[in-house]
Amino acid sequence: MKHECLAELNGVSKRFGKVVALDGLNLQIRAGELFALLGQNGAGKTTAISLLLGLQPPDTGTALLFGRSPLEIAARRGIGVMMQEAALVSELRVREQIELVASYYPDAMMPEAAMQFTHTESLADRPYGKLSGGQKRQVQFALAICGRPRLLFLDEPTVGLDIQSRELMWSTLRRLVSEGAAIVLTTHYLEEAEALADRVAVLAKGRVIASGTVNEMRALVVRKQISCSSGLSVEQIRTWKEVQSVQRDHKGLQITAGNVEAVVRRLLDEDEDLQDLEIHRAGLAETFTELTQESAQ
Amino acid sequence: MTTTTVAFNKLSSQKLSGQQLSNDVRMPAGQVWRAYWTEAKYEMLRACRAPAFAIPFFAMPIVFYVLVGIFLVGSMSKGDPHIIPTMFVNWATFGVMGPGMFGFGMFVATEREQGLLRLKRALPMPTSSYVLAKMAMTMMFAFIIMITLIVAAVFVGHAHLTAGQYALITLIDLLGSLLFCSIGLFIGTWASAKSAPAFVNLAYLPMMHLGGLFYPLPKSIQPVEFFSPAFYLNKLNLYVAGAQSMDGLAFGAGPTSHATPVLCIAVIIAVTLFFGLLATRRLKRLG
Repeated sequence: MKHECLAELNGVSKRFGKVVALDGLNLQIRAGELFALLGQNGAGKTTAISLLLGLQPPDTGTALLFGRSPLEIAARRGIGVMMQEAALVSELRVREQIELVASYYPDAMMPEAAMQFTHTESLADRPYGKLSGGQKRQVQFALAICGRPRLLFLDEPTVGLDIQSRELMWSTLRRLVSEGAAIVLTTHYLEEAEALADRVAVLAKGRVIASGTVNEMRALVVRKQISCSSGLSVEQIRTWKEVQSVQRDHKGLQITAGNVEAVVRRLLDEDEDLQDLEIHRAGLAETFTELTQESAQ
Repeated sequence: MTTTTVAFNKLSSQKLSGQQLSNDVRMPAGQVWRAYWTEAKYEMLRACRAPAFAIPFFAMPIVFYVLVGIFLVGSMSKGDPHIIPTMFVNWATFGVMGPGMFGFGMFVATEREQGLLRLKRALPMPTSSYVLAKMAMTMMFAFIIMITLIVAAVFVGHAHLTAGQYALITLIDLLGSLLFCSIGLFIGTWASAKSAPAFVNLAYLPMMHLGGLFYPLPKSIQPVEFFSPAFYLNKLNLYVAGAQSMDGLAFGAGPTSHATPVLCIAVIIAVTLFFGLLATRRLKRLG
């Protein structure tokens, strides 16, 4: 089933003076997917999102939101936004903040409903300026969803949240996606992207250097890691041709290899007392590090 | 089943995401007006809840008008009836300058720097709602200030203006407060949150002191008043009140006597548009 494209950047470039922020970038965000946009600081994530939100025009190429220019208010009525660095008016109470943002949308939920979804009912009558960092993020999340958006932009949504609040936000995000909404997530917490994202794109120097599902991304980095307790020496193992690197730490031997199966077989053959054998596949974090390092070289 | 469970079940059946195709998300005019009203309502509320903003601007005009404009100047002029309406007009001009300049200058600079303006521009907030809400807040402050000054002028100052004159001066000052909104907005779109109060004061204080609001300027330096936008608003209201400026009362006809009502209106509109357009251009560039 082909999902409707809700937002797209087509061949978009953007410069700030001599700095190239985006360099012919193409992105598509489809209904019913959680799309994670990853990249190191300065990779172009914020600029890409700014273009989709209509905050800046591209120098070349087109940015489209629901097939329209993001500058059109009608296009933006389908989106919800949570920005990392937006400080709301500190004198207004939580319920008032939600009522204000809800008034921008044609089919918004009541403030009470938005607060119940985000578990912020107990904060309803408190001035925003008196909330803790985590509570502020929860309120910003309530503002992002109160307009029943079909496309949600979230920038570092769980920074400062405790584990329970983070799980709650994740479950609300999963529910939104299951209802057909799309979510664009920018985050430095790669485990968050790994847990939530259907599709990931890694940006570097204003271009997409890799994109795909989390599994596809992890497959880009073929190496795996073996850890075990063994009497074999580091020097001895280093001579094996399948082994890329080996070291000993407080947990035992840490071996990185492309063909782990061959290494495990040989370890078991050569050391009858081998214990605590574990094999780890490269996570999104390792993939991300490797990809961005390659791109920087 | 407990109330909480019922509420949760109701919520569970609600859809979080919008149903309609967003390719044509229209909002009925009534809802759009409601959005404008909600924005203005909460802008007024937040300004009233900020004591550092609300208390000085509500209290200073009435306190200074009564102490200085009525008692001090009244006793120094030995009851000269000509100066009484002049004092009312001058302190009214002073009263409506502050909320516009500081309300826009400081709030916009802070909200711009802290990312709120950026968030609001990304959200489907109706066009101009942000600026209109702040204008409404300024005019509400200006209206309350005018009412307190009129009450003092009638019952303590005995300014002997007609109800029509009070009403017209109030109307002119409310509209005239937009002049200061425009200058404040210009500063707010350029200055950082920390430097905005300094820049606002840099414009506000000379405008007041060189606008002939507090004391008469000798004829030789009177032309400097032409550079103060506050002078034109004040002069216009002096015409309405049938009163003379401080300069006129102290030194007789001088260079500033030639500012006609038409010139005053033209300058007020021109300066408002000039700074308003510069600020709007700047706002459009802020990503």
